[in-house]
Amino acid sequence: MLDLQSVASGYGETQVLHGLSLRAEQGRVLAILGRNGAGKSTTLKTIMGLLPTREGEIAFDGQKMGRTPYEIARMGIAYVPETRDIFPSLTVRENLEITAKRFGTKDSDWTMERVLDLFPRLGERMENGGTQLSGGEQQMLAIARALLMNPRLLILDEPTEGLAPIIVKLIHDKLLELKHQGLSMILVEQNFGFATSLADDVVVVSKGQAVWTGSAEEIRADEAAQHNWLGV
Amino acid sequence: MSLDPGFWALQTLNALQLSMLLFLLSIGLTVIFGLMHFVNLAHGSLYALGAYVAAAAATVGGYWTGFFLAPVAVAGLGILLYSGLIRRMRKSGPMAQVLVTFGLIFALLDLTRIVWGDIALAIELPALLDGRVSVFGIGYPVYRLFIIALGLAIFTALAMVLKRTQIGAMIRAGVDNDAMAACLGINVERLFFIVFCVGCALAGLAGAVAAPLLSVTPDMGLQILIPTLIVIVIGGLGSLQGAIAGSLIFGFVQTFGAVLAPQLASVLIYALLAAVLVIRPMGLFPAKG
Repeated sequence: MLDLQSVASGYGETQVLHGLSLRAEQGRVLAILGRNGAGKSTTLKTIMGLLPTREGEIAFDGQKMGRTPYEIARMGIAYVPETRDIFPSLTVRENLEITAKRFGTKDSDWTMERVLDLFPRLGERMENGGTQLSGGEQQMLAIARALLMNPRLLILDEPTEGLAPIIVKLIHDKLLELKHQGLSMILVEQNFGFATSLADDVVVVSKGQAVWTGSAEEIRADEAAQHNWLGV
Repeated sequence: MSLDPGFWALQTLNALQLSMLLFLLSIGLTVIFGLMHFVNLAHGSLYALGAYVAAAAATVGGYWTGFFLAPVAVAGLGILLYSGLIRRMRKSGPMAQVLVTFGLIFALLDLTRIVWGDIALAIELPALLDGRVSVFGIGYPVYRLFIIALGLAIFTALAMVLKRTQIGAMIRAGVDNDAMAACLGINVERLFFIVFCVGCALAGLAGAVAAPLLSVTPDMGLQILIPTLIVIVIGGLGSLQGAIAGSLIFGFVQTFGAVLAPQLASVLIYALLAAVLVIRPMGLFPAKG
């Protein structure tokens, strides 16, 4: 579904990705693992067009990827960044409507009712400001907002970072629900257990390159790979 | 004199009128900056141009022709500026933007000089807005009241659009975080273009409204630039509340300073600016909390 072919990218003068290749399959969950600074978040930002692709190719469903975040979002890719990026000037309702009203139609998969079914807590806070929410609620809002784009691919950067264990469990169950409904996802995650229990496929990134590719079961069984690349 | 209620009423109305004029100018500039981090120093020149268009149109078709034509003409120039210069400079950083738009001030200044000459132009008021009415026991020019009403009406309209409409929510989202807004499928560049045009139209309107009050001269754009910048720095970049609060503070400090402490008047507003920068460096109501 999504193909990265020897992609080079980075911030300003600093190159972070050095010919990274990976592939995310339709209807499956791909986890990108690796140590801090390996280039996981950079990979996601490059996919989203937030950082320019300096070399290599990115293709989505066989089509060349758009150039700007706007074009890429329009192709059907939704992004939940590490910082969640809830708009502080908007209420919870407005944060949701901003995607619902622009991507939703009557027969869309994802409607306001359906995301509020998925995250009932958001329903109680609709008129609150975006930043009056707890970290967990902000994460739910960021995921709900992304789902309302009715994406074909959902990209999540560190969805559990800074969250209490009970919220991590909740987010895990919700994402598992989405996976069973057939949503394609790419996940960057520090929490090894969380990532491998959700993912079908795993790619390990180190120094801006893919160094290990396989299934979630394989990486759980491969202690040498865990030790070498993840420091688990 | 300072015990006479008429004096206070008069100065309050004067301050409000100055504030509203500054508000029309600063709102465009501050939202353009908030949304796109683009510094358009030539905003004052657009105001001067609005005044000239209004003056020229008024000699042909009367005041109202100029009043309605100036915003349209200046927005038209804004479209030219956007497609010719600004779109290319979006990624070139603040220093280049400041230099180019600063240069633009002088280019536009000389252009108005070539077209309209150095002599100040004046506009005649329509009968409806001419003369004085009695408010709070003083006779006050109708035209100045008209400016106050117009400023308040435009503030209310913009507040409604920003607060209640989808495009308003998109603008607030873009000011909060333009990269994330783009990732959610908002065409931030087009949004910027719309806001830029509206900002230009409001600058043109401010020029048309100011024209009968001040004499229309080529350097009026330069003269208004510093007050406008002070307004948006005091108010905080990117927000409607900031623009109105900054305008009111500037208008009142300037007006009352000039009558109560004339020796201090020219320093007062800069002292206030410095104080705001020390105590609240982001301004009073910055858009990004």
